[in-house]
Amino acid sequence: MELNQLTIKECHKGLVSKDFSSEELTKACFKEIKKQDKKIRAFLSLNEDGALTQAKEVDKKIKNGGKIGILEGVPAAIKDNILIKGLNCTAGSKILENYIATYDATVIKKLKSAGAVILGKTNMDEFAMGSSTENSAYGATKNPHNLKKVPGGSSGGSAAAVAATMCVYALGSDTGGSIRQPASLCGVCGFKPSYGTVSRYGLIAMASSLDQIGPFAKNVSDLKCVFEAISGADEKDATSIQKRGVRLPKVESPTPKSFKGLKIGVPKEYFIEGMEESVKKKVEEAIAKMKKAGAEIIDVSLLDPSYGLAVYYTIMPAEVSANLARFDGIRYGYSVVQPPHSPPIPTESSKQGEIEGAKNLLDVYKKSRTEGFGKETIRRIMLGTYVLSAGYYDAYYKQAQKVRALIRDDFRRVFEKVNYLVTPTSPSVAWALGAKFEDPLTMYLSDIYTVTANVAGLAGVSIPCGESRGLPVGLQIMGNQHDDYGVLGVAELCEKII
Amino acid sequence: MKSRILDRVGAIRGYLLLHIMELTGKEVEHIADLARIEISEKDKEKFQEQLSSILDYVNKLNEVDTKGVEPIAHITGLFNIMREDEIKPQSEETMKKLVESAPEHENNLVKTLGVFE
Repeated sequence: MELNQLTIKECHKGLVSKDFSSEELTKACFKEIKKQDKKIRAFLSLNEDGALTQAKEVDKKIKNGGKIGILEGVPAAIKDNILIKGLNCTAGSKILENYIATYDATVIKKLKSAGAVILGKTNMDEFAMGSSTENSAYGATKNPHNLKKVPGGSSGGSAAAVAATMCVYALGSDTGGSIRQPASLCGVCGFKPSYGTVSRYGLIAMASSLDQIGPFAKNVSDLKCVFEAISGADEKDATSIQKRGVRLPKVESPTPKSFKGLKIGVPKEYFIEGMEESVKKKVEEAIAKMKKAGAEIIDVSLLDPSYGLAVYYTIMPAEVSANLARFDGIRYGYSVVQPPHSPPIPTESSKQGEIEGAKNLLDVYKKSRTEGFGKETIRRIMLGTYVLSAGYYDAYYKQAQKVRALIRDDFRRVFEKVNYLVTPTSPSVAWALGAKFEDPLTMYLSDIYTVTANVAGLAGVSIPCGESRGLPVGLQIMGNQHDDYGVLGVAELCEKII
Repeated sequence: MKSRILDRVGAIRGYLLLHIMELTGKEVEHIADLARIEISEKDKEKFQEQLSSILDYVNKLNEVDTKGVEPIAHITGLFNIMREDEIKPQSEETMKKLVESAPEHENNLVKTLGVFE
């Protein structure tokens, strides 16, 4: 077994017992990246010097008899919408092609202080808008299980990097399923914590009331290690959950130790006829195994998830249009005033009115945005601008926030009857590259089972539960707000029996 | 395999053919202007079609009875998180780097075209 194939816990054990060094482990990952990534294209940029320097430091500590933490010296990949000081951060967009982060995101600060080795930044749909990673300005990532298929999205680069063992674990972000859906399509584990559990400071904002950062890993116990390291209240993110300034207790409801006594809800609205038959079969098999292991399986009814999707495709673009207003061609990123790679405009010629293509400030805004943003980003900005515009706000945005309240209440009601919910993660396995690219609405429907967790602020995890036509199928487990460790606990139990 | 999801998309398309629920070209132009985006004539038609079909889908929200329902302000129930309005000094280096991320800058200032003409 190659070192890059190990889990976090196996890496830690090997490092502590000096079976191998962090440098060897890190080099094994870079070797795998060099071997495979020309085809898969999971990475947008590599941090080779930084990673090896960090690895050597950990090795020195071990050599000197120092005690190391669980993530110390273990190589990770980071989605390219999370800021790392001094490194390029593109969010998959041309508009940020040359942007260098000036500070660390809180999750990066935490990973760095835990001694993590950061290998590089991973590909994604532009500003995390998409379900296939095809919307990246830097080209699509391919599914490691079949290079003709999409890896899912928007964190497709992180999912593919873990699936192809080019890193030990990765971070992604999930606004409507962008961790769980690619985890499902690439056959790895992916966790979206409940809203407010992980700080969003330093995550390039897409839809702030829905965004959460979370981990990808090879198993659930690794997800837990990373989640433990990155979660917690942060004064720099006012929406991070604080209880009188103290970090939330690790366990809100006791972490389940066995299926006995657990009530698992199966919402019938999440098993619509249209879903791929083989996906349905695999998920039903997993549920049968839980039942055999002692869980009480309860059929429950929830609002049709298509209402959740409609809420999502109203609120998300509205927040997108507001968040992406900052890309104005003046403060950072691509600008028609001075496009990247071109020599600096001499001061004399950059006097007002003399810049080619932009006659005035409004022109700078419009042209920089039009040239810098991709199609899907423009589509969502326009949609959001429309639903927030005078005369339409009440009919779209306000109505969506009301239905969102009903969806929250719907889940609250169900979580009084059951402890957790189990559904498919995605209605289908990975589809062919290009198949849904020109049809935004069909693409949006691939998020149908994952968006509700974001809309209601719930915790959700996807774990592999078999294959269909050689492609992985994912099982989603959802739990109530703040029951993150409970959800991971059930996922770990499931992992053992599937 | 006939998928209900795809049927739904089909149904929406059919509905669009029957009902002229489409955004007009003028509306698309207005939205683009508000969003500070320039669109070509060709793209205008495409946006008209795509935005209309998405709006038609989200219109199903109006099927839901929301009488007396309070719209959500914050999903975890947070309310007015306050902090002191203090200046936290940053290092010279950070400030320099922040200004340098601007496409145009001079003497530690971000440079733009004039706001007033």
